[in-house]
Order: sequence, then C-alpha cells, then structure tokens
Amino acid sequence: MSEDEDDIILSELDDEELVQQMFDDLYDGLREEIEEGVNILLERGWAPYRILTEALVGGMTIVGHDFRDGILFVPEVLLAANAMKGGMAILKPLLAETGAPKQGKMVIGTVKGDIHDIGKNLVSMMMEGAGFEIVDLGINNPVENYLEALEREEADILGMSALLTTTMPYMKVVIDTMVEQGIRDDYIVLVGGAPLNEEFGRAIGADAYCRDAAVAVETAKDFIARKHNQMAAG
Amino acid sequence: MSDALQKALATRDWLLADGATGTNLFNMGLMSGDAPEFWNETAPDKIRALYRGAVEAGSDLFLTNSFGANASRLKLHEAQHRAFELSRLSAEIGREIADAADRPVIVAGSVGPTGEIMGAAGTLDHATAVEMFEETASGLMEGGADLLWVETISAPEEFRAAAEAFERIGAPWCGTMSFDTAGRTMMGVTSADMVKLVDGLPNPPLAFGANCGVGASDLLRTVLGFVAQGTERPIIAKGNAGIPKYEDGHIHYDGTPELMAEYAVLARDSGARIIGGCCGTMPDHLRAMRAALESQPPGPRPTLDRIAEALGGFSSESDGTGESAPAKPRRGGRRRRA
Repeated sequence: MSEDEDDIILSELDDEELVQQMFDDLYDGLREEIEEGVNILLERGWAPYRILTEALVGGMTIVGHDFRDGILFVPEVLLAANAMKGGMAILKPLLAETGAPKQGKMVIGTVKGDIHDIGKNLVSMMMEGAGFEIVDLGINNPVENYLEALEREEADILGMSALLTTTMPYMKVVIDTMVEQGIRDDYIVLVGGAPLNEEFGRAIGADAYCRDAAVAVETAKDFIARKHNQMAAG
Repeated sequence: MSDALQKALATRDWLLADGATGTNLFNMGLMSGDAPEFWNETAPDKIRALYRGAVEAGSDLFLTNSFGANASRLKLHEAQHRAFELSRLSAEIGREIADAADRPVIVAGSVGPTGEIMGAAGTLDHATAVEMFEETASGLMEGGADLLWVETISAPEEFRAAAEAFERIGAPWCGTMSFDTAGRTMMGVTSADMVKLVDGLPNPPLAFGANCGVGASDLLRTVLGFVAQGTERPIIAKGNAGIPKYEDGHIHYDGTPELMAEYAVLARDSGARIIGGCCGTMPDHLRAMRAALESQPPGPRPTLDRIAEALGGFSSESDGTGESAPAKPRRGGRRRRA
C-alpha cells in the first residue's frame, strides 16, 4: 500500500499512463484530478473529442460495466459522474468550436405524476458520460412536454422513466400520441424504471426497456448505430 | 402512542401485515399521476375500504395511506405544506377502522422515502430530511397511529434521518428497506449492512426488514441474510405479489394467492415475525396467506434452493453478502491529494 500513499503527479505521466490514471480517478470520483487531467491533455495537443472518447467515455464505460455487474452502486456512480461532469465542463465549449461529431441527442423525463428522478438523473449522467447530448425535462411530464422538446431539439431518442406502477401506464399514452401524430418512427423510444420489465416495454410499443443506466447507454449506442446504417443503406 | 405491537409480538409467533396500497387504490380508480394521499381528505370512504380490505382479510396490522405524505413528494402537487395534515387524516381513518374490528388491529403510520438523494453526491441534507420526516411522523401520531413505519428506503442516510425524527417525537417504530439491485438496495446496502445499521441506532426499531424489491424469492433471500447475522430483533417480510404485467392499460401482478400463501409460510420458516405483501398484494392474497400461516405447522428454515423451487428463481446470483459477492476490484486507487 505504501506506493499508494505517494502523490501521483499527473503531469509527469506519459499520455498512456495519464489516461489509465484518469480511468482510476473517474472510478474513484475525483473531480479535481479529472479536470487537471483534461487540461494536461489539452496542453499536450489532444483534440477535445479524443479526450472525451478515449479518457472520459472510456473511464465511464468501466464504471458502467461495474454498475451493471453489481460491483458499484448508485453513490459511487454519482461521484464518478460528478467527476466526469467536471471534465465535460472544460470540453463542452471546445467540442462545439471544433465541430466534433455527435453521438446523438436524447430528450429524457419522468412521466406525469411521477416525481422520482434518481434513475432518470443517473441515465442522463451516464448518457452524457457516453458522449450523448441530453435535454432533461425533469419530473412529472405530460405528453405535450415530450413532444414539444423532441421537435424543438431535433432529438434522436426519447427516454421515459417511471418508478410507480401507478404512473408507468402513462408511457403508453405518450407513445400512442406519437403514433396518432405519425411521428412514432422518427424517434428511438427507450423506457426504464424499477417496476418495468421487457414485456411491459414491448406491450406499450417502446423500442426497448433498459434495466439500468448502463444498459440504457449500450442500447442507445446500438440503436443509433443501426439508424446510421439504415441511413447509409437507404 | 401505544405498545400494541410489543404486546402482539410478545403473545404471537407471527403477525400478518397488510398488502399493497397503490395497487388497491389504482383498482378503485386512482388515476395515473394523482397523489393517493389527497384521498384521505377528498375520498375517505375509499381509504376506509382500503384499510377494511386488509382487516377483513385477516391482517393484524396495516399501514396508513401516507407513503408520499412528505414535503418533498407533495411538492410535486404544490401541497408541500400539507404533509402534517394529510398524514394526520390517514391515521385518523386508520384508527377508526382498527377500533371497529372485533380483534386487536395495529395502525402503522407509513413513512415513505423523500425521493431525494442524500450523502456525498446528494441534494438533501440530514437536517432537512429529519425535519421532513418529523412533520409526517407528528401528523401520523396525532391522528392516532400506534407506531411509525418507514418503508422502501434505499439509503442508510435516509433511514438514519427517519430514525432521528422518530426519536425526537419519542414514537415507537419499524423500518424496512427495499432490496432491488442484485440483492442490495439501490444504494448498495446488503442485508448484513442493514442489521449493522439498525443495531447501531440510538433508538432501534421494534422490528426491521425488507419490503417491495424484485420478487418474493429475492425478498426471502434477504430475510435469510438478516437471520444469518444472528439478530434477535423481529424481522419483517413484505414482498411483492410477483412481477408487474401490463394488461389492457392496467398493471397486474402475476403472483397468485396460492403463491403468496406459500411465500408467507416460507417467510415464517425463514425467521420473519411480521409477514405481509407489498405491490400487487390484494385482500384475496392476504386471506390465502392467513389461512396458510394458521393451517401449516412451522417447518425447517428453507434453503435457497427450496425457495427458488417454490417461488421462482432469484434476480441475481449473489446478494452481495458472503464470499460469493462480487468484489470491488482495487483499481489503481490513490489517496486524495490535499
């Protein structure tokens, strides 16, 4: 353990070691260290998009897998996401300037009547961690909120969350309205929340049910890739 | 305040608690999005019917319709100032139904989570949480609850805040957490962790345990986890009646009364003293549970295999306790620099 007690000087590490160290620091939720790491990589001439994908998204993927596998739990993930956010705050304006490629945009919110936002926030943070742009509508959203935001933001994905058996049927109201308006197939619809399951997701016409935030990220990536393939083929 | 629960525990081997609140109210026409607590005021007959449903099915104890009656959750309905009053009403109706029964029935004032995150990464601080819980708890005791019952908690910080609020008003209490994530609570608390948490409180609860979560099998695995710690404190088991299914615009739980009857007997044989249901558990389930508890003699403590065989498999391989638990790898890790 003695070597752990020595301070690690980030600027003395080479690129590869530094990225590895940033993975560890993300895992441990060390925000200041992540900010420092991002700044060092910028000084060394790394493109903001490369820092995002290789250092931050790479690190958050490890966090996501360990969360999925029941090794990390919500408190640790929140701290990791907070560290990630610190790095993102530095990168965000630079990414916009450099016209970096976008993963996709997600409108997310908890459905009408449901004030639970822990799960939704977690999904938002993990999706941001994976490079998605997130428009968070907060809690208690009627169908109009979702539809307005999807159109306004030109989003790719709609994410809906419900934690109560009394509120989960409202997801179907939203999807049915999208079908009525002929816009259902314009978006990828992902649903999640403790009382839901795959069968429910299918029954209400969602594209997928996501068991947790890590699965939501993987599913979103998968659907976006398929969408791109279709566009390329079409 | 009363010592109704202590007395009941002293004279009975097991007590039947109640079933679902939300599922029952939903069946009575609660609309998606409405706060059930408003019905304490606007539709008290429905709340009477809810409580009576449990009492007539044989429950020795039922929880009040106040799960979301705290300032943080009522804020959604712009009713954050009404936590005390709506809690009081829920207990008052409860008292009326319990006192009209022909046998002793205990009114437990339900205290649900705030829905906020506490701890290092959270938005709700300890003092505010204690205040919120105290307001709800005071209303419940004022309305005539025999004791307080905090339930569906995930975070140890929130459990402690509730306990402190109950200590402030000197009320007896019970508390359950929801173990829904690979055998742990959402915040990572294992069954063994909860025993330590409960034992370490200055005002420990009369009974503690698990409610909601995934299915009946997982819940009993958690009960066995409590027992393995050698605790002497009475254990509560309140599992869901199976898994929610969506049919014709309504949510229906797939656990039959027969399954819940078997669950109740296995819960008792596992070591639980207070046994009830959670989401999806209707009066028919409770009746079957009561009949089974009365007719079937106590058996040996079931193994995990026996539970899985009777009630279905577990949601995860490990419940986070013992040697099979997935370990947090020691990644590079380092000391935080000053």
